[in-house]
Amino acid sequence: MSAPAQRRIIFQHIDEPGYTNDLACYVRHGGYETLKKAVTMPPAAIIDEVKKSGLRGRGGAGFGCGLKWTLVDRKSGKPIYLIVNADESEPGTFKDRYIIHQDPHQLIEGIMITCWANNVRQAYIYIRGEFPHGARILERAIAEARAAHFTGPNILGTDYGCEIFVHRGAGAYICGEETGLIESLEGKRPYPRIKPPYFPAVLGLYQCPTIVNNVETLCHVKYITEVGSDAFAKIGMPNNTGTRILCVSGQVQRPGYYEFEVGKITLGELLYEVCGGPLPGRTFKAVIPGGSSAKVLRFGESFTLKNKDGTTRTLTVEDIPMDFDTMAACGTMGGSGGVIVMDDSVSMVEALANLNAFYAHESCGQCTPCREGSLWMKKISSRMVHDHARAEDGELLKSVADQIAGRTICAFGEACSWPTQSFVAKFGDEFAAYPAAKQVPKSVGARDLV
Amino acid sequence: MNLKPETLQRIDEVIPHYPERRSATLPLLHLIQEDVGYIPPEAIEWVATKLGLEPINVYEVVTFYPMFRQKPIGRRHVKVCRTLSCALRGGFQTCETFEKEFATKRGEVSPDGEVTIEFVECLASCGTAPVVLIDDDLHENVDCARAKQLSEQIKAEAAARR
Ligand SMILES: Cc1cc2nc3c(=O)[nH]c(=O)nc-3n(C[C@H](O)[C@H](O)[C@H](O)COP(=O)(O)O)c2cc1C
Ligand code: SF4
Ligand code: FES
Repeated sequence: MSAPAQRRIIFQHIDEPGYTNDLACYVRHGGYETLKKAVTMPPAAIIDEVKKSGLRGRGGAGFGCGLKWTLVDRKSGKPIYLIVNADESEPGTFKDRYIIHQDPHQLIEGIMITCWANNVRQAYIYIRGEFPHGARILERAIAEARAAHFTGPNILGTDYGCEIFVHRGAGAYICGEETGLIESLEGKRPYPRIKPPYFPAVLGLYQCPTIVNNVETLCHVKYITEVGSDAFAKIGMPNNTGTRILCVSGQVQRPGYYEFEVGKITLGELLYEVCGGPLPGRTFKAVIPGGSSAKVLRFGESFTLKNKDGTTRTLTVEDIPMDFDTMAACGTMGGSGGVIVMDDSVSMVEALANLNAFYAHESCGQCTPCREGSLWMKKISSRMVHDHARAEDGELLKSVADQIAGRTICAFGEACSWPTQSFVAKFGDEFAAYPAAKQVPKSVGARDLV
Repeated sequence: MNLKPETLQRIDEVIPHYPERRSATLPLLHLIQEDVGYIPPEAIEWVATKLGLEPINVYEVVTFYPMFRQKPIGRRHVKVCRTLSCALRGGFQTCETFEKEFATKRGEVSPDGEVTIEFVECLASCGTAPVVLIDDDLHENVDCARAKQLSEQIKAEAAARR
């Protein structure tokens, strides 16, 4: 068995010696040639290309990018805005950071192509507050691009103009949710809006039609415009096209970021071959495959899936391809591409308590089930860890989680319930045994998680 | 409000980035916090007047976003990532090392006024866990030994200043 090679498209120049984040270096490497090509194409043709490419959003939901653009209300007479989601806050996800810091012009070129295609005259990059250098790098890159007429008024000698501004967040995870982000950009608390009616494509920023796309998604738009939708659609798998950046963290030999064709590498190949397997003397126990909100997978479980021809196939965790559709069929998600690995030294109760503390801290508090439920899940799981575990706590946790998902304004409700639901469903034995197991000394090298 | 001339200049530059002035609330608060070190009560009034808002509109923003603070902190701000990937790699021990080095507790200003140590949520650098953000700079793979080194560096810089 040997894992396929990485296919670096978006991360082609990341960590390349001598590659710098200024305009001159980008142009030396062929930068902005695709934008020059784009402005010779009718905007509708670009939208069509993106639709045909099959590109799905890389921010977490995997929504069709071309479809999203088609839903934009173009008849309202109001301006259309583009917001680049550079909030990168889903635990386990660390890809946009490298694009922003090391290759900002790639993103700006993708933004400008998107703006041209959608007749956007003003774009905002919403960058998380904890990337202060990233914000400065983007601002400098925008100024350079503007001076060279790649952004600003009359780009490349056309009568089309578009300004890009950087807007910094201030440490709240919920600003990654697109309607919370819009509220935040309007200068308010980032309370997500209820959908319907507030679909960004119709009633977004300042109640105008708005496109929200992830940083990585827009870099793919640039590449699609460069090579064409046919060439792009050949990369990866049907309905799961292109490459994607996988971010591996936690207990593996070689954590880091790796770019592969979507679905061409399995979770097992990724973790054992690319990432070098477990730490010495350990074995893998669990993996969260798509950012902390994705449902956990337990090593040893298997999934029976239906094939198109009616037959079935059985996959182990190691067999699951890193794509959108098979991950969903296995009850979890490809999400943001953040793969968090836990080995046999980890207590699943403690790992869940760590995540529950995150969600309790980050709930915006608008919806009662989410505000109260996330806090209860945190309280119960941390009480378990702090020597007051009861045998029925797993069930209690599950019942709280079950009362959140589906009853809230935004998908944070699901995001905060899925870890609890899946940890308890798959490691129920460990939750039941925890009260007694707490008496046993921790294994060597085990870490505090709460 | 006593703001530096360059802060005032940057404030006037950023407001026209938005078709509605209220959008400049977060940028203004960032600029003021960089200048003053925190958001004093009069800054809330000042921003509200500047943007044509009610003070409550600004106050609710200041109190929601974790990065805005209403009290001064230590000279250096040490933010240790608390979330799972970092914790799995020893982030809690890293945090405890900083606390011990500066004889302080998370969320408090150290007795010498040099540092405020805090736990924060995922800093989007989980592949090089555990990570620590000291002021604007990210430090990667900060195990206990590295945390000690960084602490000593901060102490040496403090001694040189005195
Ligand atoms: C709680 C929550 C947090 C999110 N955080 C992020 C984020 O940090 N970055 C991001 O790009 N998308 C995030 N999303 C997804 C966005 O709402 C949105 O779907 C995405 O930015 C769309 O871009 P894409 O279609 O290019 O993926 C989050 C969603 C939810 C519900
Ligand atoms: S689900 Fe949670 S985060 Fe989303 S709007 Fe409701 S309270 Fe806020
Ligand atoms: S968990 Fe610490 S940087 Fe992501």
